[in-house]
Amino acid sequence: MADRRIRFVEALREGMRQEMERDASVFVMGEGVGPHGSCFKQTDGFCAQFGEDRCRDTPISEQAIAGAAVGAALAGMRPIADLMWIDFTTLATDQICNQAAKLRYMSDGQVNVPAVFRATTGRLKSNGAQHSGSWYSWYVNIPGLKVVVPSNPYDAKGLIISAIRDNGPVVYLEHKMLLNVKGEVPEESYTIPLGVAEVKKEGSDLTIVATGYEVTDTMKAAAMVEADGISVEVIDPRTLMPYDSDTILESVRKTGRLLVVDEGFRYCGYGSEIISMVVENAMECLKDRPRQFTAMHSTVPFSPPLEEYIMPSPVKIANEIRVVMGKSLEPEVAIR
Amino acid sequence: MNREMKIGLLETMLKIRKAELQLAVMFKNGKIPSGAHLYEGEEAIAAGVCANLRTDDQITSTHRGHGHCIAKGMEPRRMMAEVCAKSTGCCSGKGGTMHMFDPSIGVMGTIGIVGGGMPIATGLGLAAKLQGTDRVAVSFFGDGASNNGAFHESLNMASLWKLPVIYVCENNQFATSVSVKRSTPIEDISVRAIGYGMSGVTVDGNKVDETYAAAADAVARARRGDGPTLIECKTYRIRGHFEGDDAIYRSKEEVQAARERDPIEYWKNVLLGDGTISEQDFIDLNEKIEQLIAQAAQFADESSYPTPEDALKLCGGNPSLLVK
Repeated sequence: MADRRIRFVEALREGMRQEMERDASVFVMGEGVGPHGSCFKQTDGFCAQFGEDRCRDTPISEQAIAGAAVGAALAGMRPIADLMWIDFTTLATDQICNQAAKLRYMSDGQVNVPAVFRATTGRLKSNGAQHSGSWYSWYVNIPGLKVVVPSNPYDAKGLIISAIRDNGPVVYLEHKMLLNVKGEVPEESYTIPLGVAEVKKEGSDLTIVATGYEVTDTMKAAAMVEADGISVEVIDPRTLMPYDSDTILESVRKTGRLLVVDEGFRYCGYGSEIISMVVENAMECLKDRPRQFTAMHSTVPFSPPLEEYIMPSPVKIANEIRVVMGKSLEPEVAIR
Repeated sequence: MNREMKIGLLETMLKIRKAELQLAVMFKNGKIPSGAHLYEGEEAIAAGVCANLRTDDQITSTHRGHGHCIAKGMEPRRMMAEVCAKSTGCCSGKGGTMHMFDPSIGVMGTIGIVGGGMPIATGLGLAAKLQGTDRVAVSFFGDGASNNGAFHESLNMASLWKLPVIYVCENNQFATSVSVKRSTPIEDISVRAIGYGMSGVTVDGNKVDETYAAAADAVARARRGDGPTLIECKTYRIRGHFEGDDAIYRSKEEVQAARERDPIEYWKNVLLGDGTISEQDFIDLNEKIEQLIAQAAQFADESSYPTPEDALKLCGGNPSLLVK
């Protein structure tokens, strides 16, 4: 069954289901995870299989959902708290950032918080300003949290299983534009270690680090610039914290150039971190200044032409690659 | 309540009182690197509630949590060494005065964010239910937290799911510097329980027999699967919000009047009156606990600080980039 192709959301669901079958301490709670099976059907069928105790609809109380997950985790359970949209996690940030992230440290290792906080992330055509966030770099900034952003169905399954088995809190973010994308996913259970990147495509001229949906856009862009004779290496960190600095540095030492493509914002964003890390550790290998290509620093607008204008796309990324390689004079947008 | 239990309550309250007063002295002498939020005058709540709990029952507490740790069974010296930031403290100096843990006795965290412990206690109760045990969880919090969303979200969820959680509101009249009269438009916070379809009761938080009895009811309700309870314990915060607080927001007369309703004096007189103890018994007990706390203070003072490199143990982050 190695060639079985299923959708991202099915892979994610299968990973959660297999963990719930394997370990009675794993349960899901959140708004609408019950009989409805979640907004994007991530928990479809769980109620029938596991009962409403382990697939638990909640009030819309993000602080209590996240906090109850923290408490249950302290007492030996492995909760998966579904916060639905990353935009709603603002209401749960005390529990995620002040409690889940810190309790193990403050207790000097006496307690663990093996909780997964799941939410969808990123744009989906015209979801508007309050349902299109890409805020994972906020969570990357908190010591004690791990942050996972899968870019394909195979990773979605392997990473959710690792996240559930991890003894600390993990923020697991599902890009909405990936949920229906199909890919090869083995039926048996498997894990992908947190903190290990994947080289999606080898190349020699330029290293691109891309996250989440931008891996898809970047792979398309890399194919476009091949005609210009540009060989791009694409790295998907998969886990944004801890992240695989070794793989990124090894690639930059080979290519001498770095571009980060990210749907998040640039200021204190994920791209800033990667560039800073590379400059600190491998400045001598850089042939040119590193760059980042992100969503513009704007509230995400509703109207399609506006939204498309501020977001990365394969064509825009391809143009940015030509700029970095000195094959185009003008960046598409000088200041993002 | 038998004789042993009655004396046990007195002993717990004395331990807390003397430990807190000793910490106040240590603060003045520069032995504590931070401020400290002391529990003087509120001892009857921690003592009365925790006397109903088993070792495996779990609590969350607040920034004013030293007393809850002692009442739940933590040795005073481990608490005091933590307040003094020493390696022998209950969290090896990583937690400090506002963040104390000992899961082996059910202290699942004194939480420094107002209201922050309430959803966590809700989850402890959820776990107890999912695991099929009759363990209960207690969340201690203040009048201030009762105006935070965490309170309302937690009570609603716990009542909806009939979780074995006891929410103990220590209404000490002040949320930092703000009087409850300036923050809360109702007389009794316990009436909020009605809105969530759960039991709520207000008791005199300076009378340990009242806090004990209310908690006994609530714990029994929780253990038999009949859901959560909100207990409001009315008391008074004798000290400022923190050591060194000038507390200009209240009069000396008000504080003096509160001092005259001392919970330890009250309970001592009850036990003298009903013949449970003699004056000499009290003197002996008092002396025993003074010694215990003096030794604890000496232990905290003489213990060493953690080594600096311990800061990076358990800190998370990127292992390969952590130390350059």
